[in-house]
Amino acid sequence: MFLQIHNLNKHFSTSEGTLVVLKDINMDIEQGEFVCAVGASGSGKSTLLRQIAGLDSPTSGEVKIDGKRITGPGPDRGMVFQHYTLYPWMTVQQNTEFGLKLQGVPKSVRREQASYYLNVVGLTNFAQALPKALSGGMKQRVAIARALASEPKVLLMDEPFGALDIHTKESMHEFMLDLWQRTGITIFMITHDVEEAVFLSNRIFALGARPGTIRKVVNVNLPHRTHTIKRQTVFHDYRDELMDLLRQHGQEALAVV
Amino acid sequence: MSPSAPRSIQPYIKPKTMRPTVFWRLAEDIPKSLQTGLMITSIVLPLLLWWTVTTFSSIDPKFLPSPAMVMEAFGRLWGTRELLKDTVASLWRVGVGFSLAALCSIPIGILMGSFPSIRALLEPIFGLMRYMPAPAFIPLLILYLGIGEEPKIALIFIGVFFFNALMVMDTVKFVPKDLIESTYILGGTRWQTLTQVILPHVLPGIIDACRINLAAAWQLVIVSELIAATEGLGRRISVAGRFLRTDEIFVGLIVIGLIGLAFDLFFQYLLRISCQWANQKR
Repeated sequence: MFLQIHNLNKHFSTSEGTLVVLKDINMDIEQGEFVCAVGASGSGKSTLLRQIAGLDSPTSGEVKIDGKRITGPGPDRGMVFQHYTLYPWMTVQQNTEFGLKLQGVPKSVRREQASYYLNVVGLTNFAQALPKALSGGMKQRVAIARALASEPKVLLMDEPFGALDIHTKESMHEFMLDLWQRTGITIFMITHDVEEAVFLSNRIFALGARPGTIRKVVNVNLPHRTHTIKRQTVFHDYRDELMDLLRQHGQEALAVV
Repeated sequence: MSPSAPRSIQPYIKPKTMRPTVFWRLAEDIPKSLQTGLMITSIVLPLLLWWTVTTFSSIDPKFLPSPAMVMEAFGRLWGTRELLKDTVASLWRVGVGFSLAALCSIPIGILMGSFPSIRALLEPIFGLMRYMPAPAFIPLLILYLGIGEEPKIALIFIGVFFFNALMVMDTVKFVPKDLIESTYILGGTRWQTLTQVILPHVLPGIIDACRINLAAAWQLVIVSELIAATEGLGRRISVAGRFLRTDEIFVGLIVIGLIGLAFDLFFQYLLRISCQWANQKR
């Protein structure tokens, strides 16, 4: 197994006592898989991603990548945040190179690497622009190029398209599938958008809320992945199954409150 | 049981529409010509008022000299090179005192903003010191440092250092957490994050804090020259006051104002050229 999450629990202590955010999470993800975790807000999906990124450490249990236990953040995992995290004073090229610069990669090598990935995301012509000149979708593409330039083992994405309008979002979906097929990278993405998850991933972990637990794992087998699939029954079946599941858990969570 | 629908609020709502305006636009740009006109008025109107009052009324020039008399005094003081000597003396004190304070307060402010541990260590004492007016330290400074240049520079240092450190600290707090975390994920160490992400991000804030605190330094230099100074613009004003040379008081005040304004414009310019990314669209 490539990315392993083993008996992971995460508690936060609040003024009203201990809050269980994640309970008994187990996941085994193969190299080259595109996996989504879907859940409503409060399902702890962002918290889960932070444990994998190493930005936070679990209360108990562990996360392993390639057999190595994660103890902190590092460049073997790339991450794309929901909010734009480009460095506003750097050009697109400098942003893309920045991870390599931090790791001491020589200038000529990192320039070449960054140019390659800027080409992959289709932003070669904007290499010298500042982030403020870019649209939301372009900013996320730079963030993806920046993450890929460090050649991570896994790409983590935290609702990366949540702030985009519907058309930009659709073109980003097609872009992601194309990128995934070309690079063969392992992708772990979290989202609350069920259609997005069905369209993009091989496997979906549906999370229930309060506490966040895995309620169901769905293997997605679609005959093809172009936007026309969204009008077909097979797509609707997956979507409805997941929507029903999340709705049911949403109501349970409300009843508890 | 569901509550009954509330009664209508329609009778309370008066129909109204917003009338277009140019002058009273709220947080919007006004036409360039109007802006320029208003900016010129801002300077010319008080001057005109001053000239009218001194020309058409019988105010004692010892009380309010006319613009012409002030110009004449300016020429006189400039001719004897006294004005230049005073200006240089004051500028030197501000330059040294402010530079020392900035040099110390900027790194300390950045450390306070970046590390909650350092903040906890220094913020209480800085917060307290900030509320002690710098001029209140004058007796102590004379006691410790005598009556030379040292107490004057120390006064400016005290007046700038604590404010500047706390203001720099605040700008660091505004660095988005996501930006710091994405640097960690890209493989950055804490030191790299501090020097290559936090520092460039807060540079515009630091320049702005320095701009504001330089104004404070410029006020304090005048106060500091009450401590047995032989030259300086503050000294010039207090001597002129003693001999009722009201025209020279005006010369001193205007020169101080103009130099302060020049500093302010310089810092605004520095901000514009060094931090293009942070520019508001304008």
